[in-house]
Amino acid sequence: MLQLRDIAHSRTGDKGNISNVSVIAYHPEDWPLLIDQVTAERVRAHFGTMISGKVIRYELPQIGALNFVMHDALGGGVTRSLALDPHGKCLSSLILSLPIEKAGA
Amino acid sequence: MKTIRIGTGAGFSGDRIEPAVDLAERGDIDYLVFECLAERTIALAQQAKMHDPDGGFDPLLERRMRAVLPICPKKAIRVISNMGAANPVAAARRTVDIARELGLSGLKVAAVVGDDVLDILSPDQFRIDEAGCTLAGFEKQVVSANAYLGAGGIVDALVAGADVVLTGRAADPAMFLAPQIFEFGWQMDDWTRLGRGTLVGHLLECGGQITGGYFADPGIKDVPDLARLGFPIAEVAEDGNAVITKLADTGGFVTAATCKEQLLYEVHDPKRYIQPDVVADFSKVEITEIGPDRVAIAGGDGSARTGTLKVSIGYVDSCVGEGQISYAGPGAKARGRLALDILHQRLLLAGIAHEEVRGELIGVNSVFQDAKSGPSEPAEVRLRFVVRTRDLATAARIGEEVESLYLNGPAGGGGVTKSKREIVAIVSGLLPEDQVRTQFEMMEA
Repeated sequence: MLQLRDIAHSRTGDKGNISNVSVIAYHPEDWPLLIDQVTAERVRAHFGTMISGKVIRYELPQIGALNFVMHDALGGGVTRSLALDPHGKCLSSLILSLPIEKAGA
Repeated sequence: MKTIRIGTGAGFSGDRIEPAVDLAERGDIDYLVFECLAERTIALAQQAKMHDPDGGFDPLLERRMRAVLPICPKKAIRVISNMGAANPVAAARRTVDIARELGLSGLKVAAVVGDDVLDILSPDQFRIDEAGCTLAGFEKQVVSANAYLGAGGIVDALVAGADVVLTGRAADPAMFLAPQIFEFGWQMDDWTRLGRGTLVGHLLECGGQITGGYFADPGIKDVPDLARLGFPIAEVAEDGNAVITKLADTGGFVTAATCKEQLLYEVHDPKRYIQPDVVADFSKVEITEIGPDRVAIAGGDGSARTGTLKVSIGYVDSCVGEGQISYAGPGAKARGRLALDILHQRLLLAGIAHEEVRGELIGVNSVFQDAKSGPSEPAEVRLRFVVRTRDLATAARIGEEVESLYLNGPAGGGGVTKSKREIVAIVSGLLPEDQVRTQFEMMEA
């Protein structure tokens, strides 16, 4: 069993109470793994109670990247959140702990 | 084909200053753009302006201008920045004063105004998205309202010969788009080029975030020499396609991976990156390494602008009180949890009125609230207890309760800190663009 961190990198951005997290394959051959296994449903489950709104996945195959837009994800919004990390900057590292199944790995 | 070189001088208000000086001296750039305005900064700056009519602009303006103005005019580098914050005119005046002190007579400094829309918003028609009501129905104390301006005002100032252009709230990419429109004569309905110019702006606006900053993960993503991280340069061609690069002997690197991370930073639907001048389309962008620290960006596109501008409303939201205390050694986590239990009970027993409570242990679950505990015991934890209240006096009681854990809580608590603050928060809505009048005021040193 691999972790997402073994095949992809990530960065988080914030706008109001919406967080976006990119997941970018290091190698094009791993793109199908991202498409199949890093679904909006799994991302939502991974973050659990931190995300109370919808999660939308956008696909950019030409650069091997997914972009997850997660609503109601930043404790009411960056400017009023009580969280230690109000921007959700750390979410990009957290998503990389997602387990990935790869044949032969 | 004509190309221009745009450098980033700052990617946020507190950014390092030396990389901007380095780019000015050795970057062979035509424009140096400083992005210094976060979502809430302008609301806080508006409050500063209420206390001092000559204040309300970026406190680092003085240091940044003193660092780059001795270099930029003699190399024909024009400076663009949103360091005007809530008071671009005062910022321009201060810049003119600095230019005179530096002996730069004749330097032309423009202040772009029009973003402050507090007086023109219709209370009954302007809708606040987050609150689901009109401005009239919004029951908080509003302190600022600023529209995200497009490139137009900056372009006008460049046409008029400005060496330095200072704005208040402008869309971050628009500060980079403006010199491209000016240099290449792009039409304001050439959506493809405006989309590509916006893409260049988006890639550059966070400075070091595309040259290896905010990227390193030791063992997996190692980045050379971060302590001397260089800032990016875009070489933009007339068709809006570009190469992202940096000075060779600075720290960091520009790779396809750094560009991909920045491409999606703060982007929602990549097909619809909504800006004042264009709806940019990043969905088909091609990113190709063409040499060391040289990455080609192509395939950006755009469609017609929406005709509305996003407006950020700053308002006094609430007050927050916070206290922290550390526990270490065997049983640290259990003692931290006991302390949290005590604090939750104290809120009720002491009758402290509160709207929202967050208690957590830093090192266990402060960032990832649903973190599953591993078998290993942390060597130490730091309790953080934070409570939203109506007023500052009540907020102060939170830190006092945490401090009381010294004599009244679990064994071995140490290092209490406490704080209280008033929260100025941001909500937003949309305003028809024809209600906003963007102008510039030119001054000369």
